[in-house]
Amino acid sequence: MPNTEYYDDKVVRLFLLAAAVWGIIGMSVGVYAAAELMWPALNFDLPWLTFSRIRPDHTFGVIFAFGGSALMGTCYYVVQRTGHTRLAMSRLAELTFWGWQLVCVLAMTTMPLGITQSKEYAEPEWFVDILIAVVWVSFGAVFFATLARRRIRHIYVANWYYGAFIIAVGLLHIVNNIALPISLTKSYPVYSGVVDAMVQWWYGHNAVAFFLTAGFLGMMYYFVPRQAQQPLWSYRFSIVNFWALISVYMWAGSHHLMYTALPDWVQSVGMAFSLVLLMPSWGSAANGLLTFNGSWARLKTDAAAKFMVMSLVFYAAATFEGSMMAIKTVNSLSHYTDWTIAHVHSGSIGWVAMITIGSLYAMAPRALGRPAMYSQKAMEVHFWLHIMGLLMYIGSMWTAGVTEGVMWRATNADGSLTYSFLDSLIAIKPMYLIRWMGGLLVLSGMVVMAWNLWHTAADARARIIKPIPVPIPEPEPDQIPAPIPAVG
Amino acid sequence: MAYRHFEAIEKNAALLGVLTAIMVSIGGLAEITPLFMRAHEVSAPAGVKPYDPLRLAGRDIYVREGCYLCHSQMIRALRAETQRYGHYSIAEESVYDRPFQWGSKRTGPDLARVGGKYSDQWHVLHMMNPRQVVPQSNMPGYPWLAKTTLDASDIQARMRGLRKLGDPYSDADIAGAADAVKDKTELDALVAYLQGLGIRNEPTAAVPSHPATDGGAP
Repeated sequence: MPNTEYYDDKVVRLFLLAAAVWGIIGMSVGVYAAAELMWPALNFDLPWLTFSRIRPDHTFGVIFAFGGSALMGTCYYVVQRTGHTRLAMSRLAELTFWGWQLVCVLAMTTMPLGITQSKEYAEPEWFVDILIAVVWVSFGAVFFATLARRRIRHIYVANWYYGAFIIAVGLLHIVNNIALPISLTKSYPVYSGVVDAMVQWWYGHNAVAFFLTAGFLGMMYYFVPRQAQQPLWSYRFSIVNFWALISVYMWAGSHHLMYTALPDWVQSVGMAFSLVLLMPSWGSAANGLLTFNGSWARLKTDAAAKFMVMSLVFYAAATFEGSMMAIKTVNSLSHYTDWTIAHVHSGSIGWVAMITIGSLYAMAPRALGRPAMYSQKAMEVHFWLHIMGLLMYIGSMWTAGVTEGVMWRATNADGSLTYSFLDSLIAIKPMYLIRWMGGLLVLSGMVVMAWNLWHTAADARARIIKPIPVPIPEPEPDQIPAPIPAVG
Repeated sequence: MAYRHFEAIEKNAALLGVLTAIMVSIGGLAEITPLFMRAHEVSAPAGVKPYDPLRLAGRDIYVREGCYLCHSQMIRALRAETQRYGHYSIAEESVYDRPFQWGSKRTGPDLARVGGKYSDQWHVLHMMNPRQVVPQSNMPGYPWLAKTTLDASDIQARMRGLRKLGDPYSDADIAGAADAVKDKTELDALVAYLQGLGIRNEPTAAVPSHPATDGGAP
């Protein structure tokens, strides 16, 4: 008997579009901010164009608007396909889309106007925070309700990561943003000083852990086996890594506060757990990479697979670097320098953006009812623009960071400091130029992707009112554990 | 654990969700709870007072402009740091900081003890256009700060809010805010805040007993 039920992909397509748009906006802001560090007059004495006002727009734009839209879209896509079921509460799901876009627009317009909490990665003021909480709880409701009506009993591992991402980010966001509003545009956090610092970095670090890692690992665990056309290398290994990752990550936040006024024991605990964290991180990366064993030949022809493999390589590299930077001796040199900037971008341009782009290239034709992306060549061009830009970015910032770290601590024979602060800034200025050019390359790659998506969606745009039906296949009975996600 | 035990978790969405929530909560609880308990015992040292109205206004401008993105306010307990910036920062110094502004990146130098190191005039010139005083600087200018005057009732509302959160402002302090910020610009407030950073609360006697309040060559 043919199945008459269809996947609900409308909201997925909307999020896909939003991810492409926000990606370009967020990265454009980043490129502009990078140019301002090189040519400070570029703010034209306008408050809303000044570096310190727009850098939160860059981070919010790429993490929460671009990453968030990609995560929510793929989450809705994956939970339907791994459960062989239609999305529950489809109207609420669509509401989460419009709600999230409203959050992004509000945050991105208020922060340059100076309406900010100035807590890193949690800058939006209290009224945006409340909206985020409401949308987030709705997102969780749709996800778990869909999970509840799945037709395969076993919950595929990608969904655990998406589930953990939803639960943890909700928890982090609410706890970190408790504040007393003074007016519509100003609030004071209930925490002060050291407690605020610890709460903030518990949030900040785990926004990386659960937004930028767990969520994207959910993406990886679905799309990598799909693209490699092979089952996950080891399903049991993914279980061990899941529990280790989610429990260990939460301890590591204090490595952002080494040698500060935070009590010493918390710093040491943070360092120890950061080192332990290397194991589940590399475990997940290895599991993804080994899934390609036997189908490495696909890399010659499939740009989406190329993005995925390189994303896993950078995931392994960035997590290794992160653990090393959490060692106190290394941290004493790297902290406060551009090395930190290199590290986050090797994680974000390398891991997060590349797994997202790979997944979008894998998902877009299916969600848009096309056999393949419009242009294979454009995907190839995007890949090389992205890699070149990434290497220029992290290479220059790494050099700048080590230069700063070494110059700040250099002393003369008599014990006095060798360099003034300004000396270090002058020394790294050429690196800021290279970084800006690298960012420009990454951004131009995104424009190529948007062009490609636009043409892939031509058919869908032509019959915008008619839904594109993707039928739900009947699940195999007693499928344990789902060996490979179903086609479609 | 045998695989079948895991299977029970993996087939039950509610159980998986609850266990996930427990696992992610442990780390944060273990690290934050002790600090939270201790925070109520920490009292400000003698030199550390809640921000006076002008400095509070200045601090909120510092927060609004996002200065923390390039300037830290946390001198680490490392020799090269204390040599460059002064005594390392201690926890008690930031008890009135909501939010904390320790920062995570130094595109410019640390500001935890910048108070008194430059003259008021230097700060004004520097904020209007940093390259007037530091030709190689890549800091943006903030000339709009000089154009806006402070709103006393707004500052008073802020002080009342902070009192609710536990900062010891008296009624007289709040009433006095009107005079304190009268005819002052945002730039005046920001300079007052910067000139107060680290003044009179360095924790040891290793510093001169009469640190400059303002003035003095850079």
